[in-house]
Amino acid sequence: MDKLNFSIVIPYIHLFFRGALTAFEITLLAVLIGIVIGTFMGMGKMSRIFVVRFLCSAYVEVIRGTPLLVQLLIFYFGLPQILGFTIPEFPAAVLALGINSGGYVAEIVRGGILAVDKGQMEAARSLGMTYAQAMRYIILPQAFKKMIPPLGNEFVTLLKNSSLATTIGFPELTRAAQIVAGNTYRPFEPYLTAAAFYFVMTVSFSWLMSIVERRLAASD
Amino acid sequence: MIEVRDLHKNFGKLEVLRGIDAKIEKGEVVVVIGPSGSGKSTFLRCLNLLERPTRGEVKIEGKSLLDPSTDINKIRQDVGMVFQHFNLFPHKTVIENITLAPIKVKGLSQNEARERAMELLERVGLADKAECFPASLSGGQKQRVAIARALAMNPKVMLFDEPTSALDPEMIKEVLDVMKDLASDGMTMVVVTHEMRFAREVGDRVLFMDEGKILEEGTPEEIFENPQNPRTKEFLSKIL
Repeated sequence: MDKLNFSIVIPYIHLFFRGALTAFEITLLAVLIGIVIGTFMGMGKMSRIFVVRFLCSAYVEVIRGTPLLVQLLIFYFGLPQILGFTIPEFPAAVLALGINSGGYVAEIVRGGILAVDKGQMEAARSLGMTYAQAMRYIILPQAFKKMIPPLGNEFVTLLKNSSLATTIGFPELTRAAQIVAGNTYRPFEPYLTAAAFYFVMTVSFSWLMSIVERRLAASD
Repeated sequence: MIEVRDLHKNFGKLEVLRGIDAKIEKGEVVVVIGPSGSGKSTFLRCLNLLERPTRGEVKIEGKSLLDPSTDINKIRQDVGMVFQHFNLFPHKTVIENITLAPIKVKGLSQNEARERAMELLERVGLADKAECFPASLSGGQKQRVAIARALAMNPKVMLFDEPTSALDPEMIKEVLDVMKDLASDGMTMVVVTHEMRFAREVGDRVLFMDEGKILEEGTPEEIFENPQNPRTKEFLSKIL
């Protein structure tokens, strides 16, 4: 039996740092896309128009009812077949994760909006605001505050899920570990190292969020 | 000013309003009283279409609210509403609560809107609270801000939906005083309330509602001193 020897990772440590940064970038962009898509989908699910409600619900169900890995493979390997061109790895990963995230954020948005007292909408409408104005100036700003904790969780989930981008050959954190494992013929240390990187990132992010949440709670 | 004809409202199988006919003249203060569940609030909420009538007709200044060609947002600018639970916007300061709609809906400039808002805050005695957030105000102060917010749109009618029911007793007077002041200024008002003294002192006309109908109406003297309908008598004997 061999002993663990983390010194073999050291010559490659820059790969891990770069991978971690890339994972962070993918996640951040994907969450932003997810928030935009999710906001519309979440509101769409509450629409009075049946077709809109149906389409948005369908989106959320399909996204949440299929594995992210399969979505990613469809996006990167499947789509070029009908598009006629390949989407480069980075945008493909960001888009696939973002579209996926949109499905989950939609539920967060819906929950956030429903959590705003319905008197707020009535007060806004009674002043002559249109539905869209009331949403924009009154409901969404308040809903957003309620959405921050679950959005933080979504960010953490997505950060971990970004490791799936490895399957389309994108050089993020998990991919870095794979490369090192291949070069050194020692898989345990590099994968443990990658896990440690993810862990430090998610834990520090959760810690940051808990501070933000406390601040928000204080301003209520 | 307001004309209501054969107004019905059902929530599912529950008939909340069962044929209301009413007329409210310009400058009149109409107080709606009645037991809880009698449909008073629903009636009021039909007047600015927060509730959609099941059938019947509501006209404000001759315009039918239910006519599809009527721009309800336009009508609502003329119909201010004050709610039981204030419904101030908690993420906006007092002055922003008041200026938001005039700026966004009426297109007033920031300065015009602020100037008008300060006048109104002075009128309700809260000029020093302009930059506060609603959370830091007492219930009575919140409701006075809510009144100022509604007035900022220069409405022709004000609807009050149990404006003092959520207040601690010692704060009721400050809100009623503001309402009295408004009434003496000639504002047309429809007030749903349990404050019988206010109804007596300020009301031009009192409507007694029960089970979705107006059972009796008249001047405060007629209703309070000499009620005709047995239900009115019973209700007043319980609360006076």
